[in-house]
Amino acid sequence: MKSTLFNMVTVLFTVTLIASAGVGAVNMITADAIAEANAAATTQAVANVLPSFENTEVSEQTIDDMPIVVYTASAGDKVVGYAVESMTKNGFGGSIRMMVGFAPDGQILNVNVLQQAETPGLGTKMADEDNALLRSIKDKKAWEIEFKVKKDGGELDALTAATISSRAYYDAVERAYQAYRVACGYDENADGVSGATATEGPKTQEGGQNE
Amino acid sequence: MNKVRIILDGIIKNNPTFVLVLGMCPTLGTTTSAVNGLGMGVATMAVLIMSNLVISLIKNFIPDKVRIPAFIVVIASFVTIIQMLMQAYVPSLYASLGVFIPLIVVNCIILGRAEAFASKNGALDSILDGIGIGLGFTIALTLIGAVREILGSGAIFGFSLGVADYMPLVFVLAPGAFFVLGYMMVLFNKLAKK
Repeated sequence: MKSTLFNMVTVLFTVTLIASAGVGAVNMITADAIAEANAAATTQAVANVLPSFENTEVSEQTIDDMPIVVYTASAGDKVVGYAVESMTKNGFGGSIRMMVGFAPDGQILNVNVLQQAETPGLGTKMADEDNALLRSIKDKKAWEIEFKVKKDGGELDALTAATISSRAYYDAVERAYQAYRVACGYDENADGVSGATATEGPKTQEGGQNE
Repeated sequence: MNKVRIILDGIIKNNPTFVLVLGMCPTLGTTTSAVNGLGMGVATMAVLIMSNLVISLIKNFIPDKVRIPAFIVVIASFVTIIQMLMQAYVPSLYASLGVFIPLIVVNCIILGRAEAFASKNGALDSILDGIGIGLGFTIALTLIGAVREILGSGAIFGFSLGVADYMPLVFVLAPGAFFVLGYMMVLFNKLAKK
């Protein structure tokens, strides 16, 4: 078909109009299902890291410019645990998001990696069940842990050939712990905080280098 | 043109991956496992069939000079629709394919078939071409994904073969994609020539 200004404008306008109407219609149909799928994924992630609960209360915090979401889970009027959706930007393949479950007394119950883009077969092992990273912090009291891998003078195991991924993992867990402390009203200036401030310095520097 | 012939051509003589060597970005990027390759192939096939159909129907109303933008709008709409459907009904596959779904828009197989086939043929033939090329792409991606998964992580379609620790990891990483693609291309063309 020969092109004239008039038919080019008309045809492109019509094509884009019909296309956007189609996309809009599908969006209306799928919007609820997408919201449901996302909500189900979040509920599942919370359930994976906490013992059985009846309802959750959501609160948001910002730590190191990253949004951290705390789900306070309760059964009856008793708090049974805190699930913290934490993240780090220091992963080998970008940011890592995870759900960390804390018992009311600060014990780390479980960690569930929600999203990561680490090297397949090396860093991706952080998302496996019963991996070396999870084993070295699971069921321990969070305030007793120094979030450092052995290579950096700490006591925590790292994944073979994935030290950067392992550091990022612990970085996100530590951030979850900070959010947990705020969420359960732990006094920021009381004991236990000394460990956190000592490791906070180098952490922010690391983030700066990566950006 | 024989109808079955159009489909078979898409799979063998015009195989988009091994013969036309189109769409290399998703081919190299998503074939870390057989399931990912299969998912990417099926998503691309769905977009290709729909866009081929629509473009063959509207081709006579499109002025030549705005042909490409009009085609891209059609393709992008279908990709967005597929993306929303996947997000709603198969969220786990959507999560593992990630950024590669929106990138189907710029997959040269789709625009290539719109230009080379759908804009010159009728609706039925265009659908068949979409099915053929789509199957060719899906089969190629699934095969590459399966080979990389077996060699790299000792598993097939997610089922571990129990030998993961003895497998060369490089096949799951980017260089492995090139090795496997290269050798499979040689093999495919040798077999297809007979």
